[in-house]
Amino acid sequence: MAKIVFKHPESLKENIFHYCPGCGHSIVHRLVAEVIDEMGIRGITIGVPPAGCAVLAYNYFDVDMIEALHGRGPAMATAIKRCLPDRVVFSYQGDGDLAAIGIAESFHAANRGENFSVIFINNAVYGMTGGQMAPTTMLNQRSTTTPAGRKQSVDGYPVKVSEIFSRLDGAAYVERCAVSSPAGVNKTKKAIRKAFQCQLDGLGFSLVEVLSLCPTNWKLSSVDSCKYIDEVMSKVFPPGVYKDLTGKTGKTAEARP
Amino acid sequence: MIIKTIFSGFGGQGVMMMGTSLAQSAMSKGCHVTYLPAYGAEMRGGTANCTVAVSDEEIASPVASEPNYLVVMNQPALFTFQNRVTAGGSILINSSIVEASPSRQDITTFYIPCTDMAQELGNSRAANIVMMGAFVRQSDIVPPEIYLKTLETIMGSRKKALADINRRAFAAGYEYVQK
Amino acid sequence: MNKVLMSGNNVIGEAAIRAGCRFYAGYPITPQNELTEYMAEHMRNAEGGIFIQSESEVAAINMIAGASAAGVRVMTSSSGPGISLKQEGISSMAAQELPGIIVNIMRGGPGLGNILPSQGDYFQATRGGGHGDYRTIVFAPGSGQELADLTMDAFDLADKYRTPAMILADGMMGQMMEPVIFKKPKPRQYPEKFMLRGAGGGKSKFIRGLLLDPVDSEAHNWKLARKYEVISENETRFEEHRLDDAKLVIVAYGTAARIAKGAIKRLRSHDMKIGLFRPITLWPFPEMRLRTLSATVKNFLVFEMSTGQMLEDVRLALQGYADIEFHGRPGGAVPTPAELANVIARVYEQKD
Ligand SMILES: Cc1ncc(C[n+]2csc(CCOP(=O)(O)OP(=O)(O)O)c2C)c(N)n1
Ligand code: SF4
Ligand SMILES: [Mg+2]
Repeated sequence: MAKIVFKHPESLKENIFHYCPGCGHSIVHRLVAEVIDEMGIRGITIGVPPAGCAVLAYNYFDVDMIEALHGRGPAMATAIKRCLPDRVVFSYQGDGDLAAIGIAESFHAANRGENFSVIFINNAVYGMTGGQMAPTTMLNQRSTTTPAGRKQSVDGYPVKVSEIFSRLDGAAYVERCAVSSPAGVNKTKKAIRKAFQCQLDGLGFSLVEVLSLCPTNWKLSSVDSCKYIDEVMSKVFPPGVYKDLTGKTGKTAEARP
Repeated sequence: MIIKTIFSGFGGQGVMMMGTSLAQSAMSKGCHVTYLPAYGAEMRGGTANCTVAVSDEEIASPVASEPNYLVVMNQPALFTFQNRVTAGGSILINSSIVEASPSRQDITTFYIPCTDMAQELGNSRAANIVMMGAFVRQSDIVPPEIYLKTLETIMGSRKKALADINRRAFAAGYEYVQK
Repeated sequence: MNKVLMSGNNVIGEAAIRAGCRFYAGYPITPQNELTEYMAEHMRNAEGGIFIQSESEVAAINMIAGASAAGVRVMTSSSGPGISLKQEGISSMAAQELPGIIVNIMRGGPGLGNILPSQGDYFQATRGGGHGDYRTIVFAPGSGQELADLTMDAFDLADKYRTPAMILADGMMGQMMEPVIFKKPKPRQYPEKFMLRGAGGGKSKFIRGLLLDPVDSEAHNWKLARKYEVISENETRFEEHRLDDAKLVIVAYGTAARIAKGAIKRLRSHDMKIGLFRPITLWPFPEMRLRTLSATVKNFLVFEMSTGQMLEDVRLALQGYADIEFHGRPGGAVPTPAELANVIARVYEQKD
């Protein structure tokens, strides 16, 4: 009997991704779906896709999903999880979505320790609208709204989401990964699994930041995009575990008034 | 007299540039023009198209109900737009890439192997300019000198070698279609 | 002045900078990204020009309110969802009598909708959009040239009446390229007494929006209302196209009016006596002129890229003095002139 080494995750529909070739969204979608399959939670999972390139995620994930307005995913996810505490709820957000227009909703969901997970795709640009500056765009990085490169004096500094959110008392688990290498992909998958487990254990807010490639707007090949993540992005946004309360015993969720 | 043309093909084939260069040159000839691109999600799928209207009087609608010309740079473009062309209109096809032919009898079709021709000239990316050579001759909307002059302005400060290839590509397309 | 071929989004940006706009804040959204990008590239080169890519549309509108208070000519732009987010700020600018230009390059709605051309934001634009008893001057340009001219005029009127003004166009107007000539802008006339620049040695000023005292509040509302009346009397604009012998008049604005003109051209060649009435200001709506027309024309057809919004203003204007038919294509659908011509011809023949 042949051993199956590759199969289509059950939590992914058969539809063909609309993402550009080499796009990091495709990779992360697959990882999330594999985790859902492996944890056996397809039937109790509800996802909240953003306005961003992943806006059509409901075409790919075979779980219940409701599209949120730009940046408001964490508010929707908060409410869904509060109404259905035994479900697994995740919002899926880009850097513009989470750290620009939706920073208030994300920040306060984390600060309240809402018991859902955020899958945060950091590709350092606004992908969907055609490559404008994102909050995570790095200094001197060119974008269509920073034609001469991002300047600290007028555009400010790149926002370091994992560093900031890990400082909030409501956050239970925050990790930054990168999908630029096989090892990074494996780490990302583990992190997503841990985030979902954190939620099942009622520990509170979890966030997995993924350094993700956007070959189209970076105007690089997929291979060079991976190099860019490893050599440039990872220096500004170092991967690693920024907060982890999952090892601690006792359910913090119950301890909260 | 108003003449509307749809240019259509893959993103990256320079389809939009074909449209803007026609609009720009017709404007410098003194005509009224509109250039209307398809944008956004329509382009994510990898296709690109635009409509150019040229007229000696004010242009009412930039939307083309029945274009006089359809320029087809890839196969899907032919199927999407061939039925829109006005009876008696013309379709110009990049026959290096497009294998099918129009199913209509009431139009004139020109087959120009522009990708191959551009390759022979040393730059397959000039296929759109080869096509513009054929188009300018067939359509008679702008004189070739005006078109070429406009093209040079658009290309601006870019390399001289490129300008040279463009001129030769244009001439090749222009010669290819007999009037 | 030379003709230049530019996309509508870029025309608005260029016209604004020429008109002396020196502060722009915006947030990306299709189909107006080219305008934000144009300002990113050119505002920083204009003397004293400030461009900020804000963190949201909410921030953008409040940024222009601040810059306006500081005495600078200001503009922001967006589409659909972003314009909705700006409404609280627009209401506040109307209340605080702060001039500023808001550009809405309409896309299909409701909700995220789509990014195609639409005219579904007519109610939002003309009815105030935000809360409270206020109006916004709304221009609906119908060509690249008008985008240039009306953008400049909008700055002048916003200053003159100390009120926010809106340019209401759609994805097609924003993306389409047409030749334009930029006219010479008028010098700005905006008294320093309305600007907050620090009291210096003189009396300090404040600009407020909260009026807890009902007497003050009512007085302020009446003052605004009188201003809106003056605007209605003096600033209403429209275009009449082939109305002289028309038996049926199409009422349409912006892109829809362009398509209607194409359709009319076709039908006129078949001897059908059809004309176009095109409101250029949607607020104030050219109500009186339309009512006058109903003395001679008895049949109107309203055409919009929506399910029927301006239709209500036409009904109010005609007050039952004429028959009104409607044709609409919502959600990003743009009919061709041929399609519209068929609809118009059917109505025309019924009425004939
Ligand atoms: C209120 C509002 N403003 C703007 C937009 C337009 N918009 C859609 S997605 C997006 C940004 C996408 O960037 P990001 O969140 O980084 O996601 P990516 O596409 O890069 O994955 C914007 C500005 C919108 N849909 N709603
Ligand atoms: S634009 Fe970038 S983020 Fe969007 S699908 Fe393409 S590669 Fe992915
Ligand atoms: Mg992004």
